[in-house]
Amino acid sequence: MTQELFDFTKPGYYGQYGGAFVPEILRATLDELIAAFDAARADDQFWGAYVRELQTYSCRPTPVTPLPNLTKKLGGATICCKREDLNHTGAHKVNNVIGQGLLAKRMNKTRVIAETGAGQHGVATATMAARFGFECTIYMGAVDVRRQRPNVFWMEQLGATVVPIEDGSATLKDAINACLRDWSESMDSTHYVLGTACGPHPFPHMVSYFQSIIGQEARGQMLTQSGRLPDRVYACVGGGSNALGMFVPFIKNPEVELVGVEAGGHGIESGRHAARIPAHDIGVAQGYKTLFLQDDEGQMRETHSVAAGLDYIGVSPILAHLADTGRVRFTAARDDEAIAAAKLLIATEGIIPALESSHAFAGAIREAPSMRPDEIVLINLSGRGDKDIFTIADAIGDERWFSYLREMGARR
Amino acid sequence: MNLADYIRERRARRGILLMTHAVVGYPSLEANRRMLDAMISADVDLVELQLPFSEPVADGPLFVKANLDALAGGASHGQYWNLFSETAARAPFPVLAMCYYNSAFRMGHAAFCERLRGSGGRGFIIPDLPREEYGDLEALSAENGLAAIQFFTPTSTDERMMRLAQGARGFVYCVARRGVTGSATELDRGLYDLLARYRRMTDLPLALGFGIASADDIRRLRGVVDIAIVGSALLRSWERGGEDAYRAHLTEMAQARYS
Repeated sequence: MTQELFDFTKPGYYGQYGGAFVPEILRATLDELIAAFDAARADDQFWGAYVRELQTYSCRPTPVTPLPNLTKKLGGATICCKREDLNHTGAHKVNNVIGQGLLAKRMNKTRVIAETGAGQHGVATATMAARFGFECTIYMGAVDVRRQRPNVFWMEQLGATVVPIEDGSATLKDAINACLRDWSESMDSTHYVLGTACGPHPFPHMVSYFQSIIGQEARGQMLTQSGRLPDRVYACVGGGSNALGMFVPFIKNPEVELVGVEAGGHGIESGRHAARIPAHDIGVAQGYKTLFLQDDEGQMRETHSVAAGLDYIGVSPILAHLADTGRVRFTAARDDEAIAAAKLLIATEGIIPALESSHAFAGAIREAPSMRPDEIVLINLSGRGDKDIFTIADAIGDERWFSYLREMGARR
Repeated sequence: MNLADYIRERRARRGILLMTHAVVGYPSLEANRRMLDAMISADVDLVELQLPFSEPVADGPLFVKANLDALAGGASHGQYWNLFSETAARAPFPVLAMCYYNSAFRMGHAAFCERLRGSGGRGFIIPDLPREEYGDLEALSAENGLAAIQFFTPTSTDERMMRLAQGARGFVYCVARRGVTGSATELDRGLYDLLARYRRMTDLPLALGFGIASADDIRRLRGVVDIAIVGSALLRSWERGGEDAYRAHLTEMAQARYS
């Protein structure tokens, strides 16, 4: 394991992005976390314990699956994908959560809090809390609570308290603010399990560190299965944790092109999207400096994506920096392209992708036909799509599903 | 006279000073003017005017609502600076800007300092900007004669406070407890010990904020800190009983500085 993923210009900074912009009350807490994270990385046993927990609890290593039917259908590059959808709780989120849970144990914390948008990170955190014996509070925008009831149900069954947040847009960013406020008061007993590679230092570094298990495995699997590294790697980008987890172990191989796919929503020109990279508006919010979707006076804008996990105002400072240096190329996929990509993957390969991950597929599907068959494309399938049954059924307009919902509703 | 000297000079005549607060645009600009009228009548000693921001992480529920409702009502930087300069021109007390860092960052440090000075401001409070992230803002604020207010908190180490004190001007904003603005604080022995610790770290005046709500609180803090900061408690009075309740509450707290 490469212990140091990044060359810091100054601590916690990636080029001009990153830092820690938090109220002074949280400074000591972040210092405590930095010290614990540094000590864990320096401990030979820690990474091994982390990997063992994921191997025995969460199906790691997840496979790299060749996609011959999709390859044939598109008629270009040879396509395969990394199966983060096979993780316990159905997405890559569990990697980071288990890692931070082990860290929270080392810090003798008794309670964890987390924000969640779609609910995946909330469910993963509640699962970890149940297993490790932490008290758990999940903050979730009230809008998201209403549209993600199944996840709320499971979090509560797992013993977590789910707090709906009515402030602002009542979505993910507001849940993050609520976590920072809780933490300002509860830090003595509580660890904040931030779910993505955003927020104040050390979170971007720490989340990328835990998620880098994805790319480390994928690298070895590609060498074994294909005899070489892939030519292009695609990942969807919300906050950026699955993308960084996949990309970081390939960063020092310039022959591997890294492609981040943001949420194009209804199209960039519509203004209803969550693509932070193209406008290149630097700002500071939620504890860190990065590219935000904001207006001229620095107020955060409403974002939109069919995939709740991509529907966020900011992007990892590490990815903002890698966009500036050109090491990661960014593109965006619209809602309709993501849904079409999901349908194609389901039909050709029998794999149901999350709508978030479908954006990575949409990006690859657009470009793969113009590549040669001897070129290899690796896509990070960051999560499974069962959670999206309501959204996908809605988009497809499946009448029998609607009548089933009506019947279930009528029974109560 | 610099801000610290103004405070010391006034403090020599009063047991404690009072700093009040308003979120510009909440509940309305007109309401802000009436609050400011009340502050002038009550002869408060300092006032901070908050520029609304969409992600107010250091604020509790009441101020979060105030920030977001102000923005929903169309609050803009233009309106903020207009009310700021109008207030600085008519009020006898020094006026400080309180904002989140993105507002100053998006304006640019130089433009922010020039605008603040040009509007008659005496300093600024930015709760999400730690000193090590100031960059040239420290030098620019000094050049513009603006006091950059630093924070001491219950979790700050002595070493940390000494470092913050080096960059502090005007006074130090002392946080009474963990958490965010707007909920109660016990004014007990633990708090007095904390204040004694803060006192050892700087010669600047100390202002205590977070949870100061009543005239009794002010009386108990007399001689213990230099400035009592009251925000949420007054806004709560406005929400409950409008201008009359606000004036009554403010007058009572202002009088508690002496009796």
